[in-house]
Amino acid sequence: MIQLIVNGQPQFIPVVHRTESITRNPDDATLNIAQLLEHMGLQGKRIAVERNGEIVPRSKFDQPILTDGDRLEIVVAVGGG
Amino acid sequence: MADKLMDNLVIAGTAYSSRLLVGTGKYKDFDETRAAVDASGAEIITVAIRRTNLGQNPEEPNLLDVLPPSQYTLLPNTAGCYTLEDAVRTLRLARELLDGHTLVKLEVLGDPKTLYPNMVETLKAAEILIREGFQVMVYTSDDPIAARQLEEMGCVAVMPLASLIGSGMGILNPWNLQIIIENATVPVIVDAGVGTASDAAIAMELGCDGVLMNTAIAAAQNPVLMASAMKKAVEAGREAYLAGRMPKKLYSASPSSPVDGTIGGSQRPRDRGKAA
Repeated sequence: MIQLIVNGQPQFIPVVHRTESITRNPDDATLNIAQLLEHMGLQGKRIAVERNGEIVPRSKFDQPILTDGDRLEIVVAVGGG
Repeated sequence: MADKLMDNLVIAGTAYSSRLLVGTGKYKDFDETRAAVDASGAEIITVAIRRTNLGQNPEEPNLLDVLPPSQYTLLPNTAGCYTLEDAVRTLRLARELLDGHTLVKLEVLGDPKTLYPNMVETLKAAEILIREGFQVMVYTSDDPIAARQLEEMGCVAVMPLASLIGSGMGILNPWNLQIIIENATVPVIVDAGVGTASDAAIAMELGCDGVLMNTAIAAAQNPVLMASAMKKAVEAGREAYLAGRMPKKLYSASPSSPVDGTIGGSQRPRDRGKAA
């Protein structure tokens, strides 16, 4: 499990570990944005993602950049004036 | 009519045939949003950027499906932002969301009750955004100096309020708007305060390059009909401005119809003007 703060709410996301070691090192965990979006049912949606205050371009959605405690913002366009 | 056909609103080098810009908030549903936008004839449509609703129904329609960026120029705004940091972050997210789109509406609010802009934060945010390559249309108080500073900084349009956001109070200070218009070399677009069609016409007659509105349409009893009225009002006001109105006179002693040949002959009351 990895804990992220998504849109201000804590979220626990299951992760894939790279090794089969009994003593799993948290640094060993891998999770990318695409997996997070899929977990949240947002895959294929028109959204944009910010991680710890920085934009994550769509080209990096498949890179295992997420780590415990990351703060994410996932936004959409809504009606407004 | 050739002149009219050429009379485009040019923002950051792009020509738009409609001088009415509309928001997409406060509608009953997306169908009404779309119908009102289409009735308004607007090409530039503002949208807000918000956190996605976690755990939302995956089939829930998305605003961008109803108003596709391929058909409209979407203008993401920073409504609800009270700091330059929030405003800048919001527009960076908007640019990513809209595939690198750089035309944005900056507003940094200063007070939740009046939604009056915080001009110090607005100026700082505009500077950062312009440096990052955004084309900034900026919501501003109707202060001619602030408007000039924003223009000098490189904003592509200055958008003074006519009265408070959502108030529908109309054009409260035409004199300040006139000073801003006279001094500006970028489009001046009245943003906020229009309540009904005559307000939009007055703004355009003053010489504004366009009008941006949301609540005046969305909060009308019949939003789609009001959108159509606003379209006509903006067009009528623009044409009246271009035509150049007649001078105002208390009275002219110059009737529109011939003075002679009335059936009563030439009998009319004697001139009560001051004796020579």
